Amino acid sequence: MILFEVFLNGLLLGGMYGLIALGLNLQYGIARILNLSFGEFFVGGAFIAFFTIMLWKLNPFLSVFVSIPIAFALSWLIYQFMMVPLIKRAPDQDALDADAVLVTFGLFFVFQGLALVNWSGDLRGYSYLSVPVHIFGATIALNRLVAFLGACALALALYVILRYTRVGSALRAITIDPVAAGLVGIDVRKHSALVFAAGGALAAVSGMLVSTFVSFSATSGVEYTLKALIVVIMAGVGRVTGTLAAGILLGVVESLGGYLIDPALTIAINFALFMLILLVRPTGLFTRA
Amino acid sequence: MPEIVANNRWLIGCFVLAAIVLALLPMFVSGYAVSFLLLMFANIALATAWSFFSGATRYISLATAAFFGIGIYTLAITHVYIPIGLALAAAAVIGFLVAVLVGLSTLRLRGVYFVVFTFGLTELVHQVINWWEIKINKTATRYIFSDVSNVAIYQILLAAMLMTVVGSWYVSQSRLGYALRAIGEDETVARHTGINTTWVKVLCFALSASAMALVGATLALRYPYIDASIAFNNSWSFQVLIAALLGGASRFWGPMVGAIPLVLLSEFLAGTFPHHFSIALGLCFVVIVYFIPGGLAPLIERTWYRLRDSMRTRPAAA
Repeated sequence: MILFEVFLNGLLLGGMYGLIALGLNLQYGIARILNLSFGEFFVGGAFIAFFTIMLWKLNPFLSVFVSIPIAFALSWLIYQFMMVPLIKRAPDQDALDADAVLVTFGLFFVFQGLALVNWSGDLRGYSYLSVPVHIFGATIALNRLVAFLGACALALALYVILRYTRVGSALRAITIDPVAAGLVGIDVRKHSALVFAAGGALAAVSGMLVSTFVSFSATSGVEYTLKALIVVIMAGVGRVTGTLAAGILLGVVESLGGYLIDPALTIAINFALFMLILLVRPTGLFTRA
Repeated sequence: MPEIVANNRWLIGCFVLAAIVLALLPMFVSGYAVSFLLLMFANIALATAWSFFSGATRYISLATAAFFGIGIYTLAITHVYIPIGLALAAAAVIGFLVAVLVGLSTLRLRGVYFVVFTFGLTELVHQVINWWEIKINKTATRYIFSDVSNVAIYQILLAAMLMTVVGSWYVSQSRLGYALRAIGEDETVARHTGINTTWVKVLCFALSASAMALVGATLALRYPYIDASIAFNNSWSFQVLIAALLGGASRFWGPMVGAIPLVLLSEFLAGTFPHHFSIALGLCFVVIVYFIPGGLAPLIERTWYRLRDSMRTRPAAA
């Protein structure tokens, strides 16, 4: 029974990992920019939710009306004015990756520094919907369940958009081959900017959802960037549909491993799983070989 | 070998002179200056070692902290049983061996995958050692009992730095160095011209790792105690990477040029305004990528040639 509860907790946690990674996979998989400042958008979303409930005494879910536009606009500006010059001068994807990693890593330091200066490095948290719910005899917190359902809804929405809309087909074409997509009349730069901005917004939303049950600080960003990157590489770069599943796998393995082996080893188990996948299947679990 | 010496007589002369001056310097300056220079040497050696492999091949490694930490731990564990000199050598050897293992299993990963893997490796080693120390050893910290003076550490580190810089220069002139650069240009072409790319990559990765471990072990002599988060601190990986890229990885003296301003900056900013240091570091990254993508070294070299040419042509014109 305890094992089932551990599994369930891993499932819920993994849903969160999947959601966070979805945003990064939009940015890296479709827009082809590896954004290492991704976690800072997550932390930004979490902080805005925190201020919404603690300062303005409002429902933290309302914070998305502030955080989504900010994250979207900021990401869009970063793509248009910082990434486009790099894309223009890069001879190949490897060179672009190296430049993008350096610039976004610089942005990560800048954002984190600004957050530390303004909000200090203290651990923040608040209590919202922290009531127990019983499912098949296991007890879990309601906020985790709500966040998980939110993650599933967002992933489903994203899937529908990519699969059944005109913009979605354009984005899928860009994922497969940006040059060929341009040849058939798709405005690659406009679509990439849009999807990069959407990835940033998704990070802010997941920050809000996770902040309801995990405490965070101005320095938490990098941890989530890494988790997201691990999930993206596990799922396969550009495989948006597999991302949620890979996140859940990571969450379950982490949770069960921590319970069965040693809770102090969860991060080590995380990285061990990730490195194993990198060595055995570097293109990701959900790609056609 | 004699040819390479004959062709670079001036360079070698300057080097020997600089080495003698630096070795004697502690007699004339304060203890604070010695500590500061120690940090400078460590950064220069690490950045040079990093650039030796990662700069030439463009395999961006974030495992500097892992090898650095392995060096620290090797010294901390062995120095109780064997003489310090032997413990330092052991650190270099273990760093080399671990890097051979890591290299053989990972060097087929390219680009971002390699970057993320090396970062993950550092975290994994960090977590596992931390767990081992608490669970098996029952204490998270290890004490270091060394009576090595700061000046002696300074001289060991100076020697390690000189060895790294000279070694990096020497190899860059050799067949191995050309092979390494060929891999950086185009690995497939390099393989087709008959270079055993795996062997070259693994050997150079291990050489660079062994220098990092040696630096870690030497610096460990200064610490009263260590734990896993001191030894495997990621900021070493990042600072070294920035130093190498700021200076320019295409010249053997580039990382040195990059490390000096960076250590100065961190010395005067990190203590008093740590958050502002992080912002400055971030802006540093952005500036490098947009404005000096090749690093400072080619810039300095061009200015130097221009100056020299104008010196030469002026008398003729007059």
